[in-house]
Amino acid sequence: MAELDTSSGGGKKGGKVRTKKQATKVDLTAMVDLAFLLITFFMLTTSLSKPAAMEVAKPDKDAKDENRLELRESQTMTILLGKNDKIAWYMGQPSATNAPTIEGFGDIEASLLKNKKDVKDKTGRDIVIIIKPTDGSTYKNFVDIMDEIAITKTNISAPAVDDDPNHLLDGEKEFMRSNGIL
Amino acid sequence: MAKAKVKRTSTSIDMTAMCDVSFLLLTFFILTATARQPDPLEIATPSSTVQYKLPDKGVVIVSVGKGKVFLDIVGQDVKRATLQKMGASYGLQFTEEEYKRFSVLPAFGVPVGSLKQFLAMDGPQREKSGLQTGIPLDSTKNNELFNWLKEARTANGEIYGIDLNAAIKGDGKTEYPVIRKVVEVFQNQKINKFSLITSSEGSK
Repeated sequence: MAELDTSSGGGKKGGKVRTKKQATKVDLTAMVDLAFLLITFFMLTTSLSKPAAMEVAKPDKDAKDENRLELRESQTMTILLGKNDKIAWYMGQPSATNAPTIEGFGDIEASLLKNKKDVKDKTGRDIVIIIKPTDGSTYKNFVDIMDEIAITKTNISAPAVDDDPNHLLDGEKEFMRSNGIL
Repeated sequence: MAKAKVKRTSTSIDMTAMCDVSFLLLTFFILTATARQPDPLEIATPSSTVQYKLPDKGVVIVSVGKGKVFLDIVGQDVKRATLQKMGASYGLQFTEEEYKRFSVLPAFGVPVGSLKQFLAMDGPQREKSGLQTGIPLDSTKNNELFNWLKEARTANGEIYGIDLNAAIKGDGKTEYPVIRKVVEVFQNQKINKFSLITSSEGSK
């Protein structure tokens, strides 16, 4: 959009020599274009550079407090994070009749929702989730499962994270090993 | 018969005001923008749907990737105070120049012993030197990461009077045991609440 020259060319008919009037207008279009481009850039980068953070709370390690609550078997879901992005989960206690289910991260959302509903219908209580990341799992698996739980709003409070390898039950170890995910 | 002439109007618009406004905004955004520090460690954080943003100050970020642990203390004054305290507890003397260099350092991963040598180098040399082996994180209770965190917390408390936020920024492929080690260091000094840094993904 260049400026159109609308001034009539000064004729030479008059006797007086007139100094030609210079237009004081400068075409600012390109400058404005550039300024807005930069504004857009800075706006986008400032809001995106702040990292999102996921809060994790863990119980105190050497709590002397014996006043701990026992979890009811009927309302507990244990999630084991295994190798190769696999999850094994079970309700209550693991046994021969109550073998853990192995799932990928795509299906766990449906299971979480189903178990949440089942526990609520059966016992009238909210589900409690225990997450046990094993040595074979990656950091991504852990973040993913925390995220899934947050998305499905399965836990009212934070899920219990038990990452001590000594806390893995023998039954759990055996099952995971036999399925090649430990 | 005379032709009806269409009056010619100028097509140019006065851009001055628009230009003023846009440059004002531009200045504002440039000044408020915080320059992104280059990360010495290539980290691809896993994504999640959390919306909570990390605060601007009072944060210590422990980066974990490729089995190495790096530390980033946010805030120049806190960094400086932390180095003073670390120097005192490890019996090292730092010069004013070294304090200055340290306070503008992005995430670092050098053992305290080679910190002096590391600070004397400039950017590209630091990359090449191979000194960035990560902060020692052995199984003893008083390892270097533990002390860095402890001193950073004290320094932060003195300067801002608020509790320090500890955050883990891990690479998605990191094996869980490495993360567990870092979490153990946190818990050894009763940081039971910490954050995991994730990149955001659209909520489902």
